[in-house]
Amino acid sequence: MSDPSAPALQLNRLSKRFGDKIAVNDLSLTVPTGSFYGLVGPNGAGKTTTLSMATGLLRPDAGQSLVHGIDLWREPLKAKALIGNLSDGVKLFDRLTGEQLVTYNGLLFGLERAEVAERVADLLRLLDLEQAAGTLVVDYSAGMTKKIALACALVHAPRLLVLDEPFESVDPVSAANIRDILAGYVQNGGTVIVSSHVMDLVQRMCDHVAVVANGQVLVAGTVDEVRGDSTLEDRFVELVGGRTHAEGPEWLRRS
Amino acid sequence: MVATLVRLRLLVLRNSLKRSPWQLVAVIIGGLYGLGLLVGVLAGLIALAFAPVELTSTVLVLVGAVVVLGWIVVPLFAFGIDQTLDPARLSVFPVPLNTLLAGLTLSGVLGVPGIVTAIAAVATAASWIRSPLAAVAAVIGGLIALLICVVGSRAVSALSTTLQSKRRFRELGGVLVFIPIILLGPIVIGLGRTLAVSAEQLPEIARIVGWTPFGAPWAVAADVAIGDWVPALVKLVIALATLALLLVVWRAALAAALVTPPASGAKRVAKGKTGMFGLLPATPAGAVAARALTYWRRDPRYARQLITVPLVPVLLWFYSANGSGEWIFTLTGPIIAFFLGIALYADISFDGTAFATHVADGVRGIDDRLGRIGALAVISVPLVLLGTIVPVAVIDAWDRLPMLLGLSAAALLSGFAVVSVSSARIVIPVPQAGDNPFKSAPGAGFTTALSGFATWGIVMLLTIPAVVLAVLSLALDSALFGWLTLAVGLGLGGGLLVLGLRLGGALLDRSAPEVLSRLKSLRSAA
Repeated sequence: MSDPSAPALQLNRLSKRFGDKIAVNDLSLTVPTGSFYGLVGPNGAGKTTTLSMATGLLRPDAGQSLVHGIDLWREPLKAKALIGNLSDGVKLFDRLTGEQLVTYNGLLFGLERAEVAERVADLLRLLDLEQAAGTLVVDYSAGMTKKIALACALVHAPRLLVLDEPFESVDPVSAANIRDILAGYVQNGGTVIVSSHVMDLVQRMCDHVAVVANGQVLVAGTVDEVRGDSTLEDRFVELVGGRTHAEGPEWLRRS
Repeated sequence: MVATLVRLRLLVLRNSLKRSPWQLVAVIIGGLYGLGLLVGVLAGLIALAFAPVELTSTVLVLVGAVVVLGWIVVPLFAFGIDQTLDPARLSVFPVPLNTLLAGLTLSGVLGVPGIVTAIAAVATAASWIRSPLAAVAAVIGGLIALLICVVGSRAVSALSTTLQSKRRFRELGGVLVFIPIILLGPIVIGLGRTLAVSAEQLPEIARIVGWTPFGAPWAVAADVAIGDWVPALVKLVIALATLALLLVVWRAALAAALVTPPASGAKRVAKGKTGMFGLLPATPAGAVAARALTYWRRDPRYARQLITVPLVPVLLWFYSANGSGEWIFTLTGPIIAFFLGIALYADISFDGTAFATHVADGVRGIDDRLGRIGALAVISVPLVLLGTIVPVAVIDAWDRLPMLLGLSAAALLSGFAVVSVSSARIVIPVPQAGDNPFKSAPGAGFTTALSGFATWGIVMLLTIPAVVLAVLSLALDSALFGWLTLAVGLGLGGGLLVLGLRLGGALLDRSAPEVLSRLKSLRSAA
């Protein structure tokens, strides 16, 4: 069984290389149980690769992922049962209706039929998807697709939620609702790790943050520790660099 | 602009060759094959120059008509349609429609089949070299025929895309529409066979075909050679009119495709209706089966696998009616079983990256296998039973039923067994969900064919014991061997299936993340 004193997620020296490119380089990170953890970094920093390796979607070249003390790559089924996963850049079974898709995920985790039906109804209501319950997911807007994917990640009541870019294309009202759901989940002892580009959101929402660039953790800790006196965005730009102050090429300014 | 489009086509080809050495091998083999074919064709064309005029015109018109028909019909069900220059992707650029048409036509010629057809079409002039005027007519006719080939195949492709963009057609209907077109081949062959049992009638058939859009461009030169000026002129007009009509159809379909985004029309059901998920057992395997069955109904890529089913009895009935013996017709069931058993030998490829759901949810390999095979069984077992029992009833050969059921069971169960393993291992490029199911996926072709044939071969090997017993029962006219076939078909097939499910499940447990990585790399290549 899982070790109650172990952190919700512990990544030990994960590495992954695609051809010549090193995507993740000897990365270690500890996500304490009960934390709301933000993972930020520029495009191509290795956030998605890291989260994929943490949740069992991508086999690392080296390193460990411990979920509540369980070595995911040694006991994948046991560890995956504890994780709710929203991954970026993969499709859903989008020829199912929203309701069918969440039901499918519930059944795949081995829940009872009645239990699944009740939870699916709750989740659709919570995420304001009741109207769209009978529509094929392929006909959903991008934001609705994110929401239904979140419902799929929540249906088995996981202890650790791993969300890759959960707020992309989600409208402000839904985003606020999702934030409330996640905050409530953390208050009741769950752990959330989100990756995001939106510094402002991470600063308001998360209590911990890690800045990742070039496949390594530049800095990690509580949000207050990381940002110090400035805002998270300024601190991020300072750490990652690459800000340019050009006005763009001359031909683009004419119109 | 036309040159830009053609360059784009060649660039895409070059880049895709760089990505996959196997595709390079495929193009080289295709090129060599085309070259060999071309040498043979050219030799034949030159030889025809020394043959009697009637023989020359008969051969050229009939072969030419088959080539044109082939260009238009074959891509629909065999190789898919090359959409390197997908009009939908070009729709954001301000390219005039006519320029687009010209560019797409030219890039259609620039492939192995196009170049071979072009050279052979122009080279028909060699066959008419004894009559210089006919030779000139042959060049003109040949070029028109080439354009009919390319424009015709594009028009059908664009038309199918337009139909696909309507939801109703994107589902099952989109596939059903093409069944008559596919059956056209056997029907034409059937008519041809019954009409022309002897070679003396071929010139007559050629004369008739010469008046059809398929044969007209080739027949112009033949009429010129014997000085029939009026028929020659009329056939030239028929050929040009065909080309014009195809251009109009293509232009209209393309214009429609450019302004119709591929996805449209929402379909919805009432809340609380979870369909198959409410009917099948509430277990992971049951859920996988419910998902697969829902896809069989909603995703035309699955329905496409069923196209061969109506084809088999028609073809077999035709052969048995042509004197090959009634018993051929009774093989309908086993042959359908063979095709359906291995229809989804790369099932996971159809999931695409949605397979991530199974990986992330920690689905056990054996549950994944059981669910998929279960869904396939729900579809295929009734069809195979029908295909086995109905022909037996029609020709009243009930004493053969045990043997035939045994063969069907052996083919279907061995197919399931092999697919359980192969679909956990083989990842091939397939059209994405929502794409035209007849489209050939980028990078498909040689590797796909290779893995497909390998799967077929293995299933054939596994059915040998049942086949041997079946042949014995036929040869000795023995009921005992018939029952033995049934026992071995069920017993051996069942045993193989259990083994296949276990092996495939274990394989998936070990390598699901790797399978997902390969699916992702295919996705980014698309």
